[in-house]
Amino acid sequence: MNVLVCVKRVPLTGGKIVLEPDARRIETRHLGFTVSPHEECGVEEAVRIVERHGGASTVITLGPAEAEEQLREALAIGIDRGILLVSDRDDWDAETTAGVLVEAIEAEQAAGNDPDLIVFGNESADAGNYQVGIRVAHALGRPCVTGLKGLAVEEDGRLRCEQEVGSGRDVYLVPLPAVVTIKEGLNLPRYPSVPAKLRARRKPVDRREPAPPAPRLELVRLTVPADGGRAAEVLGEGPAAAAAVVDLLRRIGVA
Amino acid sequence: MSVLLLVEHVQGELDKLSLQALTFARGYAAGDGLEVMVTGPGAPDTAGALGAHGVGTVHVAEHDALGAYAPLAWARALAELVERLAPAAVVAAGSDRATEVLAHAAVLTGGALAANCVRAAPGDPAEVTRLRWGGSLLEEARLHGPVKLMTVAPHAVAAAAAEAAEPVVAVEPFTPALQEMDLVVQVSERVDMSTGGLSLAEAPVVVSGGRGVGSAEGFAPLEELAGLLGGVVGCSRAVTSAGWRPHTDQVGQTGTKIAPELYITCGISGATQHMAGCKGAKKLLAINADPEASIMASADYAVVGDLTEIVPAISAELRRVREG
Repeated sequence: MNVLVCVKRVPLTGGKIVLEPDARRIETRHLGFTVSPHEECGVEEAVRIVERHGGASTVITLGPAEAEEQLREALAIGIDRGILLVSDRDDWDAETTAGVLVEAIEAEQAAGNDPDLIVFGNESADAGNYQVGIRVAHALGRPCVTGLKGLAVEEDGRLRCEQEVGSGRDVYLVPLPAVVTIKEGLNLPRYPSVPAKLRARRKPVDRREPAPPAPRLELVRLTVPADGGRAAEVLGEGPAAAAAVVDLLRRIGVA
Repeated sequence: MSVLLLVEHVQGELDKLSLQALTFARGYAAGDGLEVMVTGPGAPDTAGALGAHGVGTVHVAEHDALGAYAPLAWARALAELVERLAPAAVVAAGSDRATEVLAHAAVLTGGALAANCVRAAPGDPAEVTRLRWGGSLLEEARLHGPVKLMTVAPHAVAAAAAEAAEPVVAVEPFTPALQEMDLVVQVSERVDMSTGGLSLAEAPVVVSGGRGVGSAEGFAPLEELAGLLGGVVGCSRAVTSAGWRPHTDQVGQTGTKIAPELYITCGISGATQHMAGCKGAKKLLAINADPEASIMASADYAVVGDLTEIVPAISAELRRVREG
């Protein structure tokens, strides 16, 4: 079974987001970067599926040249090979992102690497457009199940997909090839070992440079919402504050 | 030009987020007609309530194959209405289901979709303001294209009835021309997983621990305090990544969104990832060793110091006061 997992490089924003002066990007000079959270589970799931059912796994990203770092992280988890679609610094909208992913997947198909399963995160941590996976599925004529918290290949070759809904789960059984979007909590991603990180350095990463098309969701500017600017009332320090806390609990009616 | 809404309901009872989307859409329509698509058991029963929200026409999608949820089938029905009505915009709540249906509908209609909008001004392009980073950042954007689709960020717009209700609501059933591929992805089974206990999303008090709790065992005092307050324990992403608690306990952008009367955080620094999940908390009490932690800027109350001493002391004081 061939699995392709799509990831996005996003900054680790910490506690406070600061914007660049042009208000189009987050100031990231002092920030680290990571794979968007849902997709960390996507990488882990792709590795597990290949461990269980055989085949090969590939990770793909559209991002700046530095996004190779995130591909190497995925390779260290156990993905076999990476594809880096190098973009300019700007974030591409969902539709154009899906378009270049489809081109890259069609090139894979032409080279005999047709993925049976394509895995996306349900939404990216930063842009949160909730549609790249669905758009790719349509372009390839494949079914798409979103927001999965459970995923298994059944004996009859179908994919069992589980979505969390309230206090239960909705189950879908779909044929392969298919596209899924998954949510964090699907699995607990492993930490890569040092030898695995070293091996990841030698795994192949193909680079391509797609041309940026015109977006139909066109970013104008970003703003950091005013967040109350609450100045916390300090009730005290250490265990001596317990009485003041209990007073508060009674005052707001929860004790 | 009218605005077309996808409305979710349970047996004719309107979904809360759909009501918020209705209010958003009424603002966008600015006096032009509101048309709604509903489907499923009890769909025609939504008409009265929809009239109170200014809806003139309710299109009820009926099809033998629509018994169980199938996202692409819903989108196909919606796309049929888009072609027939040529609305100025297509709007739905930012729920899991409505979001995926609108994404499918965007592809079927050749439209562009802006997810999690909080404001929008009509035009070509439309000007939208939408959430990024789970609400830690706002994006102002131009939405281009012949069909403009928007989902409305949950709880960004307060639901309000129309000033003038529609006296006569037209209910128009239609049978969408579904294709075989539309039913490949369809719910085959609903598995009940309720534990009978209080859920994190609905608990009146949540006591969460972060990396500062130090270990899985370190959560015992938090469990005790949550128990005394009739609440539940939550945690940050660092805790689930470390395997100390299950992901179902995680509060945050990629975890559960909570809205308790009181949220108590213990050893949580206040990363945007976490704060995106607790914006609905009425009051926030932060217990943290670092008075400069970023969570202090979002907290109503704070106790500075070692949580392993403070949390048990609060529980002991609660017991003492109750017994006294």
